[in-house]
Amino acid sequence: MTALSGQSARAGEALTRGATIAIEEINAKGGVLGRPLELVRRDDESNPAKGLIAARELIQREKVAVLVGGLDTPVELAIVPFVNNVKVPFVVPWAAGTNITRNGAPSNYVFRVSAMDDEVDKAIVQFSRKTYNAKKPGLILVNNPWGESNEHGLKAALKAAGIEPAGVEKFEGNDVDVVSQLSRLKQAGADTLYLVGNVGPSSQVVKSLDRMGWAPPIVSHWGPAGGRFTELAGPSAENVIFVQTYSFFGNLSPVGKRVMSALQAKYSDIKGPADVTPAVGVANAYDSILVIARAIEKAGGTEPTAVRDGFYAIDRVDGLIKTYEKPFAQDKHDALTAGDYIWARFEDNHIMPFARN
Amino acid sequence: MSFLPAVITGLALGSMYGLLALGFHVTYAVSGTVNFSQGSSMTLGAVAGYFFLVLWGWPAAAGIPAVLLVCAVYGLLIERLAVRPFVQRGSDNWLMATVAVGIIVDNVMMFVFGKEPRSFPSVLAAKPIQIVEGAGVYPLQLLIPVVGLLLALALHLLSRRTRHGVAMLAVVQNPNAARLMGINVSGAIAASYAVSAMLAGVAALLIAPLFNVSSEMGTLFGIKAFAAAIIGGLGSAWGVMLAGLCLGLIEVFATNYLGSVYTQIITFASVIAILVVLPHGLLGRAGVKKV
Repeated sequence: MTALSGQSARAGEALTRGATIAIEEINAKGGVLGRPLELVRRDDESNPAKGLIAARELIQREKVAVLVGGLDTPVELAIVPFVNNVKVPFVVPWAAGTNITRNGAPSNYVFRVSAMDDEVDKAIVQFSRKTYNAKKPGLILVNNPWGESNEHGLKAALKAAGIEPAGVEKFEGNDVDVVSQLSRLKQAGADTLYLVGNVGPSSQVVKSLDRMGWAPPIVSHWGPAGGRFTELAGPSAENVIFVQTYSFFGNLSPVGKRVMSALQAKYSDIKGPADVTPAVGVANAYDSILVIARAIEKAGGTEPTAVRDGFYAIDRVDGLIKTYEKPFAQDKHDALTAGDYIWARFEDNHIMPFARN
Repeated sequence: MSFLPAVITGLALGSMYGLLALGFHVTYAVSGTVNFSQGSSMTLGAVAGYFFLVLWGWPAAAGIPAVLLVCAVYGLLIERLAVRPFVQRGSDNWLMATVAVGIIVDNVMMFVFGKEPRSFPSVLAAKPIQIVEGAGVYPLQLLIPVVGLLLALALHLLSRRTRHGVAMLAVVQNPNAARLMGINVSGAIAASYAVSAMLAGVAALLIAPLFNVSSEMGTLFGIKAFAAAIIGGLGSAWGVMLAGLCLGLIEVFATNYLGSVYTQIITFASVIAILVVLPHGLLGRAGVKKV
């Protein structure tokens, strides 16, 4: 259940492809507990109300064993109380909002195989210190709940590292000019910028930096990965280093090679790693399905509470992003942590890996 | 940012608001009504420009007039469908009708254009000029205030110095008397809406290269331009342009000295403060109804 139309249609297609490859692989080996897996898709149109209706339909009418989510944090947050209430496992393969999995429910049915804001913020701080020796980062954040959530996360991560930020500046998603915000950070002595914003707003930051003739290192959340960043931001787009969970470039693991050749065989538009976009969606969805299959095996059936406990019982899954060793526990509903992220940037129109965190 | 770069950035930003706000002035001066969704007219102009100039690669000499033509036709339609039917009945429902048309246009643009923002390249916004250290501007940003002030001057001269202009001003004072004097009242009002939408088209073509084209680019801009139009005094072209510049300066200085958290609070609080002191705007005059 994800966005399959509109702005995020490509992201929805990536999730579908990752999940499809995993399901075909599992079914070719005889399925789970002797039964084949089946994917049932619904479009949430990036709208929380529609997402909730779709989730209700999938669970109550289609009687799905496990619900798989999409990429919009607001949509996932609308569904979280519902799945915890009807007690059906919900695996989120993309949306990064911290409180999706840390939702405070006494019995939590929500799991995630993706990045999480709090962990991304920690990773941003670690990466900028290691790579750029950042001592005084400036925060430039979009003025919406996502920016807000990361403001808390980044401040906490900086505090833990004993660093005082040069400043925190907000900008509107449709501001034309961010020069004054950036100038404040520059004057306050910022040596690095932490950027949180979707692709459009992020490109405004890059263009404003161009106008100022200022080129500090920019470490970003994964916003720029969601669109035509190079077209919007111009050649300086490649100065922005952002977080990803996976890249199909470089030396692939055996699982990576297998998935890549399966993708090429099934989808004629995939010629090479550059065509698997957004790679994050494909990889997270693929691993989500492997994890779900293992949880059902551990549960010995599709009874929802048993499957939930099955997630806790997973000992090992050879995934695409990594080998998951005991990925979940009562107090750990996120399979990926800061150490699993990779860093990337745009080179022309392709997302290329930058360096391992 | 030191003082001078802040002034330059503020003027460049403010002239964009002023330019779009002139569209409110034009229709108000002639008919006493405005198209509240001027921001959507700008979106329309930008999307049309994206198709003609970027996607289909028309030369500027054909593409720019085509954009202005699309806008003019749209302005005529707005007047005919969302303003005239209500004004004829003496109703103020054109207020809501123009807002509604704007929302429809925004959504149609989303269908036509998609939700994904796209870039609108221009040679005038490729390489910044460093006027003073840390305040680089694109040549286009210097062109915008020039165009804005020239258009304000043209509108001012047109309405005060030409027969047609004076005739148009007569329309708002007393439509019936103007009609009896042989002035084509409905034609004048329709023309003012066409000009208003064309001004939005000009603004779109000048702003889009600095920004990105997207189906929601006009929303916040439209609101700020309306604020500029009100502060300036809807009846005065100079006032509107001046108010746009003030708004840009207030915004940049608030961000600069207090921080971006306060930008919107300070900007819109200033709008209210200015209107308390000058209820008719910077250069507007009190409307006098002579009976």
